[in-house]
Amino acid sequence: MSKETQKILTTDGIPLEESLKKAEKKNKIKAFLLVAPLLLYLLITYIFPIGDMFLRSVDDKMVTRMLPKTFIAMEKWDGRELPPEEVFEAFYLDYKILVKEKSFGKLATQLNYEKNGFKSILKKLARKQKKFKEGNYKEQIMKVHKRWANVEYWRAIKRRAPNYTYSKYLKGIDMYENEDGKIVQVDETRRVHKKLWLRTLEIAFFVTLFCFLMAYPIAHLLATLPMKYSNLLMICVLLPFWTSLLVRTASWMILLQQQGIVNDFFVWIGLFADDNRPEMMYNKTGTYVAMTQILLPFMVLPLYSVMKTISPSLMRAGKSLGGTPFVAFWKVYFPLTIPGIGAGCLLVFILAIGYYITPALVGGASGTLISNQIAYHMKSSLDWSFASAMGLMLLAGVLAIYWVYNKLVGVDNIKLG
Amino acid sequence: MSKNNAFVRFDKVDKSYDGKLLVVKDLNLDIAEGEFITMLGPSGSGKTTCLMMLAGFETPTNGEIYLDSNPISNIPPHKRGIGMVFQNYALFPHMTVFENLAFPLKVRKMTKDDIDKKVDKALSMVSLSGFENRMPGQLSGGQQQRVAVARALVFDPSVVLMDEPLGALDKNLRESMQYEIKHIHESIGVTVVYVTHDQSEALTMSNRIAVFNDGKVQQLSSPDKLYEEPVNSFVAEFIGENNRFDGEVLEVSNGVCKVKIGQGEMLANPISVKSKGEKTTVSIRPERALINPKNKMDNNQKGRIEEVIYHGDHTRVRINLLGNSDFILKVPNSSQNLDIKLGNEINIGWNSQDARALDPK
Repeated sequence: MSKETQKILTTDGIPLEESLKKAEKKNKIKAFLLVAPLLLYLLITYIFPIGDMFLRSVDDKMVTRMLPKTFIAMEKWDGRELPPEEVFEAFYLDYKILVKEKSFGKLATQLNYEKNGFKSILKKLARKQKKFKEGNYKEQIMKVHKRWANVEYWRAIKRRAPNYTYSKYLKGIDMYENEDGKIVQVDETRRVHKKLWLRTLEIAFFVTLFCFLMAYPIAHLLATLPMKYSNLLMICVLLPFWTSLLVRTASWMILLQQQGIVNDFFVWIGLFADDNRPEMMYNKTGTYVAMTQILLPFMVLPLYSVMKTISPSLMRAGKSLGGTPFVAFWKVYFPLTIPGIGAGCLLVFILAIGYYITPALVGGASGTLISNQIAYHMKSSLDWSFASAMGLMLLAGVLAIYWVYNKLVGVDNIKLG
Repeated sequence: MSKNNAFVRFDKVDKSYDGKLLVVKDLNLDIAEGEFITMLGPSGSGKTTCLMMLAGFETPTNGEIYLDSNPISNIPPHKRGIGMVFQNYALFPHMTVFENLAFPLKVRKMTKDDIDKKVDKALSMVSLSGFENRMPGQLSGGQQQRVAVARALVFDPSVVLMDEPLGALDKNLRESMQYEIKHIHESIGVTVVYVTHDQSEALTMSNRIAVFNDGKVQQLSSPDKLYEEPVNSFVAEFIGENNRFDGEVLEVSNGVCKVKIGQGEMLANPISVKSKGEKTTVSIRPERALINPKNKMDNNQKGRIEEVIYHGDHTRVRINLLGNSDFILKVPNSSQNLDIKLGNEINIGWNSQDARALDPK
C-alpha cells in the first residue's frame, strides 16, 4: 500500500494532518507569544552577555590596532634573529603616534602581560624617541635599553599580532605558549590558578557532602513529624533562607572570629587555652562552615519534597517482611530518595562552585575560590578578557559536571520539588 | 499435629496514644491456628490498632500479646515473622515484581535457587506467573493486590495480617479477590487476621468475626451466628439490616418477655433483659417477619404500607408498625397474590424467638 492511500481525509477532503496543523496553529502562536517576553529577556540578559564574554576573552585586537605598521613589517621576519631595520622603523613610527596620543601606557600594560619588563623600556623609549634622527632606527632604539636588543622582546611583540588569541584560556590553567609556539606550564612559583580550580572543586565537593549529611536527617524528620511540629521545623530551616546573605555571612564572622562566641565557648569548656584560640575564619574552615549553613536549605527542600511522597507503609512493609530497620532503610527508603539526593547535590554543588561573597568575606587567602579570582580581575587588575575567559571556563565546567551527572544519575531522576 | 486454639492471643490488651483516651480497652482474643478471623468495625473502633500491635508497629500500653504461647511485645516487627498486606499494597515501587517477592527471602539469606522456586510458586498461586519483570507501576490495582498477597505469603509466615486490602478496588474485582483470598487461605492453611469495615466482605470470607466498637470486641462468633443472633444492639445494627423497636419490659417468664412499644405490645426473646421495668431495644431481621403468615406465629400486628421499592429479586416494603414507620419487610418476588399496595393495611406476623430484646440504645 502506498503512503498516499493511507492518508486520512476529513469530510471536506483536506488531509487530516493538514487540518490538525491548521487548527493548532493559532494555539501555537498564542503559546509562543506568552513565552516571547521571557525568551527576549533571556536573550538580552543571558545569551548576549555570554556571547560578548566569549568574544572579549579571545579578542586581541587592541595591540594589533596600536602597532599596525609594525605587524605588517614583521610578517616577513622569521623570528630567529633580531628583526630587520624595516621592523624597527615601523615600530618607531607606530609608537610615535601612540606617544602623541598619550595612549602608549595601554600598550605597555598589554605587552607587559606577555613579557615582564616591557613597561620600563617602553617608558624610556617614549622619552628618548623625541631626539631620534631619521634613518637607522635599529641602532637608535637598541641604544635606549639593552633589552631592545634582546630578540625575545621582539618575539613577544610578534606573538600579539593575531586578532584573536586563546592565551587567556591557557593562562587560566597556568599554561602559556612559549617562544617556540609550544604550550608549557608556567614556573612552579606562579601556578596560582590550577590550585584555585582544585580548591574550588574540593570546597564545592565537601560543602555538598556536609550539606547532604546534615540535610538528610532534617528532611526525614520534616517529612515524618506530625504537621504542627514539622511546620515549626520548616520555619527553622527557612528562616535563615529568608535572611540576607550578607547578614548571615556577617553573623558567621561574629561567631567565628578569634574573640568570637564560638571561641569563647571552646575556652570556657576548656577545649582550648585562652592564649591558644584556634583560627576558624579567614581560612578554609570559615568557608566550609558558612557555605554549608547558607546552602543547607537548597539540599533540605528537594529532599523533603521527595521524602514527603514516600509512604510510611513502605518502611513498615520492609520491616514486616523481615528486614532489620537498617535493611529496610537501605533497600527500600534510601533508593526512593535518590531523585531528591540528586537534585539537592546538583543544586548545592553548582551553587557552591560559583560562590563569591561568602568566601570573599570569611575565606581569607586560603579559603577563596575561583570566582574571587574572577572578581579580582574584573575590579582590580582590570584584565576583563582574562576574567571573561575564566568565567566561561567555569560555565563550561558546570555544564561538564551536569553532563557527567546526567550519565550517572539521569536528569529524569532528578526531582526539584 | 494438634491445633493450637490460642495460636495468637491478646491478653488484657489496652492501648492509648495520648494517655487520656483508650483506643483499645481490655482486649481478650484467642485466634486458633489456621483460622481466618476478621476484625470488623466502623473506622476509629480500634481494629487497625490491634493489627498494628500484632504486627509490632505499635506497642500495647498494657497487657500482652502471645504468638504460639510466646509473648511478643518486646520482639521487633522484623523478627516476628508475620506477613502483612497493607491497605495501599506498599509494594516497593523501585523493584520489579520478582524483587519485591524476593525481598523477604533475601533478608533471610536463602540461596538463589530456593528464592527462584519460592517466588515462582507464590506467583503461580496468585496466577501472576510471567509478571516477574514488571514494575508495580505497570500493574493494575488487582494485580498489585495479588503481588502484595503473594509477597506476604512467600516466606511461609505462620500468621498473615491484612489491613483492608481490598478497599481500593472496584466492586466486581473486590468480590473476585475475596474468593481468591479465601481459596488461598483454604489451600495453605495459614492463620489470617483480616481487618475491614465492609460487613459483606467479613461475612463472606471469615471463620469467625470480631465486631469492634469503641475499642472493645462487641461479639466474637461465626458469620451466621453474628447475623442471626446478635448479642447487643450495636451488632444488630451494624451487621445486615435491622428493624428496631425501643420499649420497656413488662414481664419476663419462661424465656419470653413482653415488651411495651408505644401503644402496643409484643413478645420477644430476652437476650440482655432480666427484669420488669428495664428499657430495651428489640431487633427483628427484615426477612423474619411475614405478611399474612399461614402458620401461627406468636406476634401478630396490623401495619400500613408506606412505601414499596422494587429490588429485582425481592421487593422491600416499608410499613408503619407499632408507631415505627421505618419497619422494613423483604418480600421474595416468587410470593404472589399478596396484596402489596401503597396505603393498604396488612397483617404481619413474627416469632418471639426472632425478636431479640437487647440492651437499650
